[in-house]
Amino acid sequence: MELLVRLILLPPILVAAFNGMMGLFSPAYRKQEWLLGGLALAAVAVPFAVTCMLFFGFEGAEVVRYFTWLQAGDLRVDFAYRIDELSLLMTMIVTGVGSLIHLYSIGYMHGDSGYWRFFAYLNLFIFAMLNLVLAESLPVLFLGWEGVGLCSYLLIGFWYTDLKNSAAANKAFIVNRVGDFAFLLAMFIIFKTVVDAQGGVFGLDFATILRPETLALFAGPTGFWVTVLLLIGATGKSAQIPLFVWLPDAMAGPTPVSALIHAATMVTSGLYLLARLSPLVLNSGALWIIATVGAVTAIMAATVAITQNDIKKVLAYSTVSQLGYMFLAAGVGAFFVAIFHVMTHAFFKACLFLGSGSVIHSMHHVEHELEHKGLIPSHHGGHGTPHDSEAEQNTLRHSPLPYDGPFDAQDMRTMGGLRKFMPFTAITFGISTLAIAGFPLLSGFFSKDEILFRVFEFGQSAHIGYMALWVVGLITAVLTAIYMTRAYLLTFEGSPRWPDAMDTHPHESPWTMTVPLVVLAILATVGGFLGLPAVFGENASWIHGWLVGHGDHLGPVADSLDPLWSAVSPYELEHHVSHGVEWALLGLGAAIALVGIGAAVFFFRFGKRGPEADRKARKVFGLFYTPASHVWGWDQFYNATFVKGTVEGARKVFAPFDKNVVDGGVMGLAGLVRGAAGRLRGLQTGVVQTYALAIVVGVVAVVALVLFV
Amino acid sequence: MDLTWYLSLSAVLFTIGVLGVLLRRNVIVVFLSIELMLNAVNLTLVAFSQAFGDVDGQILVFFVMSVAAAEAAVGLAIVIAMFRNKLTINVDELRLFRG
Repeated sequence: MELLVRLILLPPILVAAFNGMMGLFSPAYRKQEWLLGGLALAAVAVPFAVTCMLFFGFEGAEVVRYFTWLQAGDLRVDFAYRIDELSLLMTMIVTGVGSLIHLYSIGYMHGDSGYWRFFAYLNLFIFAMLNLVLAESLPVLFLGWEGVGLCSYLLIGFWYTDLKNSAAANKAFIVNRVGDFAFLLAMFIIFKTVVDAQGGVFGLDFATILRPETLALFAGPTGFWVTVLLLIGATGKSAQIPLFVWLPDAMAGPTPVSALIHAATMVTSGLYLLARLSPLVLNSGALWIIATVGAVTAIMAATVAITQNDIKKVLAYSTVSQLGYMFLAAGVGAFFVAIFHVMTHAFFKACLFLGSGSVIHSMHHVEHELEHKGLIPSHHGGHGTPHDSEAEQNTLRHSPLPYDGPFDAQDMRTMGGLRKFMPFTAITFGISTLAIAGFPLLSGFFSKDEILFRVFEFGQSAHIGYMALWVVGLITAVLTAIYMTRAYLLTFEGSPRWPDAMDTHPHESPWTMTVPLVVLAILATVGGFLGLPAVFGENASWIHGWLVGHGDHLGPVADSLDPLWSAVSPYELEHHVSHGVEWALLGLGAAIALVGIGAAVFFFRFGKRGPEADRKARKVFGLFYTPASHVWGWDQFYNATFVKGTVEGARKVFAPFDKNVVDGGVMGLAGLVRGAAGRLRGLQTGVVQTYALAIVVGVVAVVALVLFV
Repeated sequence: MDLTWYLSLSAVLFTIGVLGVLLRRNVIVVFLSIELMLNAVNLTLVAFSQAFGDVDGQILVFFVMSVAAAEAAVGLAIVIAMFRNKLTINVDELRLFRG
């Protein structure tokens, strides 16, 4: 087992170091794209294979301990990793989806000057993420948590020559700091509480924290505040209100990064944290906060997603919204459902992002071709002959684009009709759209339905207020179906809207990009059968048995209404929801998805109507549409409150301080040295006999000192 | 024979050497003065060696002489190189290192 965990953790970090170092020092190595990408892919595929082996031969939770990391007073943190049902499932998702995205990146990043850098960062990310999900203690988890944050920062700002991208990277990093600070505080409180009560050496390991006598310490207000702080940490990483603002901007990074980090894995680590500590969270009395944050985020982000024109922005807000769903599930104590949705979401959202990347890839080719024909101004510049600039002005005057501004390969308003040119991308994107919209029997249908069902059940048994959140969840489901169908129709259906569409054709992407799409689309189709609802039988939900427990075997994830966990959960199932009602709810879920899809299809006339339909929607729903298209003013709010004050403060207080005190100090010291040297240089006469005299005088003085004193 | 005589002679020779190094401008004379100082010390060593019946001092003198020979070879080479470049062997005219 020790060796196997090493085989999971070490390949990514070793290959990251190798590719990084070789790329840094050997320009020849940078050109070996297949070698570089193949190594990076192998460094994720090997852990995936090992994880599969552990997964299918799983016999019981195990902790592997390597060496002590920190030791100070009562604190002793070991590098220890936990292999159990939850960590194995998360590792499967991370390495499985990670492998596919590595394969995809080999094609997507082809020809980029930072190819080596990209794969080094990506492998480093995988290492940090594995650290996060396999950690046996909070500090080691935090190490991974910060590691993925760092890699996210590096990859958002991957094309750092554009100031916009590095600003987005900074935003992500700084906003995440807020959450990380809360996470740290939560760890401090846990440490202090446990050491005060139990004494002895404590390393914030889960085995100790989740012991019943330790959990009893967190039953009161301490547990409440710990949970709230952990939740703030999770809202940072998992992009929930109030800290979600970084995720849409994070789309500045390369698209595979958006798929891997900002959709499938890193952003779910907040959920993983809550699920890992679920017995503590369940009994904290803060569940309603988690549920409310999740529901409000879900509907808010869904309304924004409808108004976006950038295909990646739609998917970004969709991710925020789906993460809100997961928090809603966690907020009713159904942590395994949250993890179930993490899994299905990883499949279809990774597929959607990779599909959008494929689209953007081909639209870039269209852009280059149009520039070559002189139909749109070249943004590369460089060859500014008078003739060219005249042509540019002409094209600017009669802009051939369906909107003002330069050509944007990510803008859905220039797309349309791409299905004819890129069949694989269109079909896989379409399947994933149906899956996220909750089309019956696809993966998203089961996971989303299970979430809504659990909210409904919890509303019946625990507090009627949750029924309001259930309604919010239902509305969000309609909105999800609408915005995703809209995105699909605008991109792939109807007729092309880019200039010179008769002669300028995009092309399907290479096989390295389409194979991951197909695999993910298949997973997005069948992934839902791992969590069949209870109407199909008592133990129909594999994931429930795996994570929560079956028979008298307790899994790693607590559940609010499961009798297995009645010792931990303060809630109990009071009103058993009958199978009839459950069938009805399933039908309602299916109907809602179909209504949403149908409404969008009708409104866009199956793609025949393009952006003009959006303009119409803006006119009709202006009251909601306009604020939603401005993200309900969140960025303005933060700019007005925190950003402006900080920047002004920096400009008015810290800049003068730096200039006068810090710089003044340094310059003063330099001046002192310079002045002293100016006086002392006179001693250096250059005549060797003066020096000899000095030596003689010195010797005489020393001898005199020795002899006479 | 009294050790004092030897030591006095050595002290006189050494002082002459020191004054030569400090006061003469011709670099070859400076060089000779250094040899004078070394030999003054050699005299002391031999005198003490004789007085205390210990052969160590005499052995040390051989080392000093061989080092002095090497020094003379290197030093004269430097003097020649210096003269070729500057056409002078006066030490006070060579003050490139003045601060």
